[in-house]
Amino acid sequence: MSERQPILSVRDVKVHFQVKSNNAWPWTPKKTLKAVDGVSFDLYAGETLGVVGESGCGKSTLARAILNLHPAKSGEIVWMGRDLRKGTDKDWLAVRKDIQMIFQDPLASLNPRMNIGQIIGEPLRVHRPELSGAEIDKRVRAMMAKVGLREQMINRYPHEFSGGQCQRIGIARALILEPKLIICDEPVSALDVSIQAQIINLLKDLQREMGLALIFIAHDLAVVKHISDRILVMYLGREMELAEKHALYDAPSHPYTRALLSAIPIPDPKLEKNKQIQILQGDLPSPMNPPSGCVFRTRCPQAQERCGKEDIVLHAVSDKSQSSCLLV
Amino acid sequence: MSLLQVKNLGVQFQTPDGYVYAVNGVNFELEKGKTLGIVGESGSGKSQSVLAMMGLLAKNGKATGEALYNGQNLLTMSPKQLNGIRGDRVSMIFQDPMTSLNPYLTVERQMTEVLQLHKGMTRREAKKRAIELLEAVRIPEAARRIDMYPHEFSGGMRQRVMIAMALLCEPEVLIADEPTTALDVTVQAQILSLLKDLQRDFGTAIIMITHDLGVVAGLCENVMVMYGGRVMEYGKSDDLFYHPTHPYTIGLLGALPRLDHDGDTLVSIPGNPPNMAHMPKGCPFSERCAHANAHCAEVLPLLEAAGNHSSVLRACHKPVAELQIIKEKAHV
Repeated sequence: MSERQPILSVRDVKVHFQVKSNNAWPWTPKKTLKAVDGVSFDLYAGETLGVVGESGCGKSTLARAILNLHPAKSGEIVWMGRDLRKGTDKDWLAVRKDIQMIFQDPLASLNPRMNIGQIIGEPLRVHRPELSGAEIDKRVRAMMAKVGLREQMINRYPHEFSGGQCQRIGIARALILEPKLIICDEPVSALDVSIQAQIINLLKDLQREMGLALIFIAHDLAVVKHISDRILVMYLGREMELAEKHALYDAPSHPYTRALLSAIPIPDPKLEKNKQIQILQGDLPSPMNPPSGCVFRTRCPQAQERCGKEDIVLHAVSDKSQSSCLLV
Repeated sequence: MSLLQVKNLGVQFQTPDGYVYAVNGVNFELEKGKTLGIVGESGSGKSQSVLAMMGLLAKNGKATGEALYNGQNLLTMSPKQLNGIRGDRVSMIFQDPMTSLNPYLTVERQMTEVLQLHKGMTRREAKKRAIELLEAVRIPEAARRIDMYPHEFSGGMRQRVMIAMALLCEPEVLIADEPTTALDVTVQAQILSLLKDLQRDFGTAIIMITHDLGVVAGLCENVMVMYGGRVMEYGKSDDLFYHPTHPYTIGLLGALPRLDHDGDTLVSIPGNPPNMAHMPKGCPFSERCAHANAHCAEVLPLLEAAGNHSSVLRACHKPVAELQIIKEKAHV
């Protein structure tokens, strides 16, 4: 691990939003919502990092911060040795050729007034203006074949496709520039089970073929298990655990990871009926007013007094796993 | 006698392109205090079959067959008779807790209305009862929370309000249409354990509609797998999970990302979900089935006993033994 250079290093990134509170006077200061509050990780070429957490934990905001869709307030985002946060718009244009994104809602992320030939070809027209129309058409058709769409569909519009096919179009659009990193923001959450498996397998095959790095965001630990090398578990904008896949599933070190794992229903009646479920009490605290110390302590079954007082940092538990829990 | 008996239930929709047959020939029985799981992907007709029983089909929809609740056919009742039963003896939890609560009314008004109508309670009695139910579904500070509007609750809390509302009159049958699909896994676990406790305390029979086989495994005694508006396989959940006999059930189990297997690849089912307007003449799954031949596409298989596993009924032309090969591939 030490020999390899990470292609992307994220250091202590914070994304804060200013929110107007309800029923406030116009001169009342706005409140700060800490959507992402100090997240760090490295990503290596060809690797898949799974990012998991409940809704509202900041996983999508983190993805958007990497692409500057929500600018980060502080921290470093280093892509191939350059700090992206200091980049100009022109630098960003060059970077986005290498980092592409796949969105959650397959239909909403496609322009309904463009046919899919135009949708898949658009990144080429923006980033590679020197290419001729015929060349773009050739590449679009080749990419469609790669993601399992028939060439005859090139003149159809997004509404004529099913959810799984729309997601394939989204993948084709992201891949056409031959990027080095793809950020997948819950790419399979909106799909049926049988289609989910198709898309996950397609992403894995394409990753192997093109040497892509992936950041795969999901709210379900079972889904990321099949695609990730390492997994980052987030809660309320903070990192709870960052570990290699086997370390995380075999010996989860953070109580939150354990709760997430035990909450996933297993399709096996005997195992499922006898399973000890560790049910988390209560709801997610408000990110405007997070608990002091460890943000998970209000719902943690093992919380002690010191959890609310001490500073929480991600520390190594073993050489394969890092945890933010004070008790390990 | 069973509490609920559904015989040869069908649902048709009249559309500009002709009739669409969303549900065909569904049969099942539900006994007191038992749970039936109905599993299927989008467009399998699982929601339409229960909406038909509740008289909630869209205007262009028509239900055929029989759905007998204590011997009375729900499908032929007048809306007035039906109103005496639904919400009272048979109630329903919908998938999306935001759109199925009225945003203009407080939770208190929405809950007391049910009790005033069905039980003839005064508003004060009704409110007391509603608070009890909100406490039963573990809403903290129920007495204060009851006067809030739906938007002031989180997604999981709203779903709990829906469950409390459905249980107000202590119904005999509770129909849950994907109650946890829109929720996070941790909240899903809370809701499922709540349903289990409530079933134990109130003795309610539950019909659980879901696309997640994992949810069914922990909760249901019987499972019905639907595809393209037809029943593919129906039986006790133990038999169905450990010895699936239909290629679609085997495919679904293989495609599910799961924690208890270490296999790296998921076995996907090729193709796309069915288009209800253009169904094949024969088996609806034949277009995506690895075993299908010309016969499957032409002749509709009947739902028949699978043989060795007496409780399971299956609709497939292929003998169970021939399916053994893909079953091994799918690690089932």
